This record gives sequence, structure tokens and C-alpha cells, in this order.
Amino acid sequence: MTIKKFVVGSFDDEAVLFPAVKKVRKAGYKIHDIYTPFPVHGLDGAMGLRDTSLHTAGFIYGLTGLTTALSFISWVLTRDWIQNYGGKPHFSLPAWIPIMFELTVLFSAVGMVLTFCYLCQLAPFVKKHHFHLRATDDLFVMVIECTSKTNVQEAEAFLTAAGAQEVNVQLAETGWWLGRYDMEKKLFENKTETVTA
Amino acid sequence: MSLIKYESFVREPLVDGDKNYHQVTEDIVYTIEAKPTRLWYIGFWISVALLLFGVFSLYREVTYGTGQWNLGKTIGWGWDITNFVWWVGIGHAGTLISAILLLFRQGWRTGVNRAAEAMTIFAVICAGQFPIWHMGRVWMAFFVMPYPNSRGPLWPNFNSPLLWDVFAISTYFTVSLLFWYSGLLPDLATVRDRAKTKLRKLLYGIASFGWSGSTKHWQRHESLSLVLAGLSTPLVLSVHTIVSFDFATSVVPGWHTTIFPPYFVAGAVFSGFAMVQTLMLIVRKVMNLQDYITLGHIEAMNKVIVLTGSIVGCAYLTELFIAWYGANQYEYDIFFKYRIAGAYGWSYWLMMTCNVISPQLFWFKKLRRNIGFTFFMSVIVNVGMWFERFVIIVSSLYRDYLPSSWSLYYRPTIYEIGFYMGTFGLFFTCFFLFAKYFPVIAIAEIKSVLKTTGESYKAKMADLENLSVEEFYAKTHHDDHH
Repeated sequence: MTIKKFVVGSFDDEAVLFPAVKKVRKAGYKIHDIYTPFPVHGLDGAMGLRDTSLHTAGFIYGLTGLTTALSFISWVLTRDWIQNYGGKPHFSLPAWIPIMFELTVLFSAVGMVLTFCYLCQLAPFVKKHHFHLRATDDLFVMVIECTSKTNVQEAEAFLTAAGAQEVNVQLAETGWWLGRYDMEKKLFENKTETVTA
Repeated sequence: MSLIKYESFVREPLVDGDKNYHQVTEDIVYTIEAKPTRLWYIGFWISVALLLFGVFSLYREVTYGTGQWNLGKTIGWGWDITNFVWWVGIGHAGTLISAILLLFRQGWRTGVNRAAEAMTIFAVICAGQFPIWHMGRVWMAFFVMPYPNSRGPLWPNFNSPLLWDVFAISTYFTVSLLFWYSGLLPDLATVRDRAKTKLRKLLYGIASFGWSGSTKHWQRHESLSLVLAGLSTPLVLSVHTIVSFDFATSVVPGWHTTIFPPYFVAGAVFSGFAMVQTLMLIVRKVMNLQDYITLGHIEAMNKVIVLTGSIVGCAYLTELFIAWYGANQYEYDIFFKYRIAGAYGWSYWLMMTCNVISPQLFWFKKLRRNIGFTFFMSVIVNVGMWFERFVIIVSSLYRDYLPSSWSLYYRPTIYEIGFYMGTFGLFFTCFFLFAKYFPVIAIAEIKSVLKTTGESYKAKMADLENLSVEEFYAKTHHDDHH
């Protein structure tokens, strides 16, 4: 848990945001994140984020489900408790396809959603610092992290020049903590170190 | 990234009126923040009353046994399994809209997908009740799960379509729920960040999992939605396929036909879209969402209804043809003596009229865009689809191979009907709660298509239409790819 200093600029139009992102990165500022009310296509690329490999995880989970179903059913019906179903072969693969398919899908979907929640740190009672409440409504909120070399006033002026409607400086917790959105108080307090500009 | 988003004028706008992002939020979140209307209370309490009647009917069934239902010697499946298949069918539209239409990049799905997915989940919950309570000794329902037990361990029969059903329905429910809820997270965060009252902040805070709208999270969210859509597409087709296997793998005349899987899937989509129409037409009116669920949306869904209705009609005729052409006496008798004629002939013709003949009226554009007619048809289609399952199940069962066990006329008891009414209560209770406490339209998705498909934004693109190709390219790509 670290408290850092951020310069926050809010844009109200994605058409202004894109050139602004380019300018800010060119000027050497470190973009902490951009919070948007909906997925803005191409923004991840503009910010220089790498592609997610969540789908690869989904593929692996799916294979796990498939293997689980096949190995379990074949163990049950050919080893553990052999039964004669109308004289058909004990290893009757075609009849197992439906369940193998369902478990592939089930494992893949559940695994991916859990991985997604883990990677994005999403869970009930998780609380985060929100730089602008309208980031889930109609503002595109660009957050620049201040390092020891950042001149805060300059960064603010830069964001305004780039088209930000609203600019401010915030000291904020970067991670998440257990908390409730109706209470300011944290459920438990950790020692925090402050990185000053 | 081209900055001018262009979409042809040939396509109708998906969002009517002059909206900006904030207005979209206001319009959709409004009903959550306002007090419920009188109409909402009336509807909600009627649903709860129906639900309680269903609970009472089940109490009778559990205490006194399945003898409370009029199932007989050959009609071992009656209203219960009819209702099961009917509800599962209805539960197909949501995932079809959100998954298949996402893969096909159909923009209009954004207006209706959230409510359709919710409807799917509630319909599947209702469907699941029937096989579970039909077991009779419902306290042993967990026997269907493959867990190490003290009976051997004796495992369930993995070769049985009835067990495939257990896996298919529970997987379908889980995946639909995950798909729906992961899509809801950003919108619940929107409600949370606007909340004024303490209670709303607390509840939507918990429900939105601390969603922040970070670009990286959105990127993962997009990837998740796309893969879940890709998984759900074969899943939704598999579910009704497997339900049809319950019949198709049997040796009962009228059931063991190879066309059942596609025939059932088409029927499921058909009835599912009809139920979406019924609900959406009420929702858009009561919640004042005509700008988001436009006539264009309604027309698009009516087109799906006429398509799937025609496929179903084709299947009915194929069945009749094969029953004659196949030259199997039992198959022939079921269709030509006991389905289109005989004691249940009326239900066959009711099914034919509702499912095959009346949806053909949707070939007329005027009727596709007529709200009153669409609402009427949506109810007609679901009546027809209920009778389809009833015809398939009962008319095949009331005459079996042994004439001495032929049944008399099957009439459901009040508790059988009560159970069915109870699932209506459950479905609408859930839907009323959903409509009041959740965003019924996917807010973030509407915003992401607003600037290409919103009415006022399309109007601004008017002059782009008249440009030459070179001019158009220069105008729309001036800031493209660096």
C-alpha cells in the first residue's frame, strides 16, 4: 500500500483525449491510468499497453475441463464401476461428448471470470480510490503519476493545454483495500509509506 | 484511430434523440433512483402472489407425492416436462442476443441484451424447477451429481441424455450468469458513483466489486466478453440440442427423429425472442426507454421471429412427410391418427396456427413495426410454443405400443397448473426486481456505440455522404495509425 501523488486531468471528448495521450507520452510523463466510462477502442494501444493474454488462460482452462471430463468418465465407466448399458462398449466416447463439451465451457468460463477478477482486483467489499466520480459517467480521466522529477504546476498546465476540462492534484492510494463505499473509514489500517514529489 | 466515426445512413439510428454520454446515464439510471411506480407495485405483488401459489402447490406435491399431479400410466411426462422445455426454450434468446449477435457485430443488440440476458437467467431458473420437483423425492435430487457416495460408489449414467441435461442446464445457467454479471459490473459502478443515499452507496459498492474503469481493465473486460460470447454460442446451441436428445434418443414414435436438435434450437430462439418482445415492449413504455429500444430494434427481433418461425414450420412439415415416407406404422399412426386428428387434434392445430401461420404476417414491414400487433404476436407465439411441447410429449405418450395401457384424456390438476403459475410468479418477481434495481440497458455499451449510431450524431455525418471516395478517406482517416 503506497500513497502517491497524481496529476489528474479530465476530458469530456475522446476525440480530444487521443491526441492528448500522444502529447503527454511524448513529453515524457508517466501515465498511471486512464479511467473511461466505456471501452474506448484503440486507447490501450495509444497508451502503449500490451495486449491481454486472458484468452490464452481461457483456452487452458477449457482444455483442463475437457481432460477432466474425459478422464473422469472413462475411469468411472471402464475401471471403477463397469456397467453394461445395452451391450454397448464401456468406452463409448460419442455418448460422452455432450458432458465433455459442457465441462470445457464451464471450466473455461468460470476460470476466465475468476482470473479476470483477480487480475483487475475486483471483488465484493473491495474499495479503490476513484480519481473522479464522473469517470463512470461521462468523463475520460487521465491520471499522471508524479515522480521525483515531475514539476506539478507544469504538468497541470500541460494537461490544460492538451484539452483537459478539469485539472487537479491528488494524493492517492494506488492499490485496493477492504472497505465500504458508504463509509470513508477503512476496515483496517495499514502502515503506509509516502513517496513525496 | 479515426476520429470521425462514420456509419452509413442506410442503417437506422440505434439511439434516438439528441443525447450525450451524461444523458444516457440519466435516462437509464433514472428508474433505479426514482421511487417505484404504482404499476410496479401492482405487478410485483401479483407476481409474488403467483409465486406463493406455486410454493403451496409444491408443498402439496412434496408432502403427498407426485400423485397430486394427473400423470398416468403412459403419460409419465405431462405439464411438468412441457413447462420445462418451454422455459428452457425461452431462456435461449438472451444468450443468443448477447453472444451470437456480438460475434456477428450486430449493433442493435446493445439496446436489448442486458434485459434479455436477465430474462434468460430467470427462465432457466424456472425451467430447472420442473425436472427437480418431478423427481418426487426431491430431497434426493443431489443423487444426480457425480460425487463419491456410499452406494458403491454408484455413479450416475454418463451415457444418459437426462444426465447430459443436468450438465447442460447447470453449465448454461452458470455461464449466462457470469456473462451477465461481468457485463453489469461497469454499469453498477455508474450507479454507485452517482449514489446519494448511504444504503445505495453501500449496496452498489459491494455489487460493483470496486470497478474503476481503468483502460487495462476495459481491455481485459472486452477480451472476456468476446471469449465468453464465443463459448456461449455453441453452448446455447448445445443446450436445446441436449434437451431434444431427451426425446430423440428414445424409442417412442414421434420422438426418435434426427431433426429434433435443429428443430428444437430454432423453436427455442423463436419463443425466446417472443418473450423478449413481450417484456421489452412493456419495459420501454413503463420506463420511458423508447429512445433506446426503438422501432428498429423491435423490427429486427420480428425478423428473427419470422425466420425461426419458418424454420419451425419447415420442421413440422418434414416430420409429417417422414412419418408417411418412412413407412413405419407406429410413427405414421402417431402423426396422422393421434396428432393432426384424435383427442389432441385441437392442440396440434392450435400449435400450427400460432407458430407457423401467424408469424408469416411479419413479412409485412407495416406489421413488423406495429407495436400493438407485435405485442399480440409475441404472446401468440409463446402460446403456440407451449402447445408444441405439449403436443410432442402428450400425443406421443397417450397411445403406446400396448393398447391395454392407453390413457384416457389427460387433464392437469390444480397443483400442476399451480406449479406452472408459480414459475410465472418466480419469473416476473425476479424480472420486476431486476427492472427496478439494475440498469435494464447496458449503459457502457450504449455509450460506446452512441457516436456512430445516435440519431443526432448521424445527422452530423450528412455531408460525408456526398463526398468522393478520396475526400471521404482524407476526412475520416486524417489521424490514422502512427
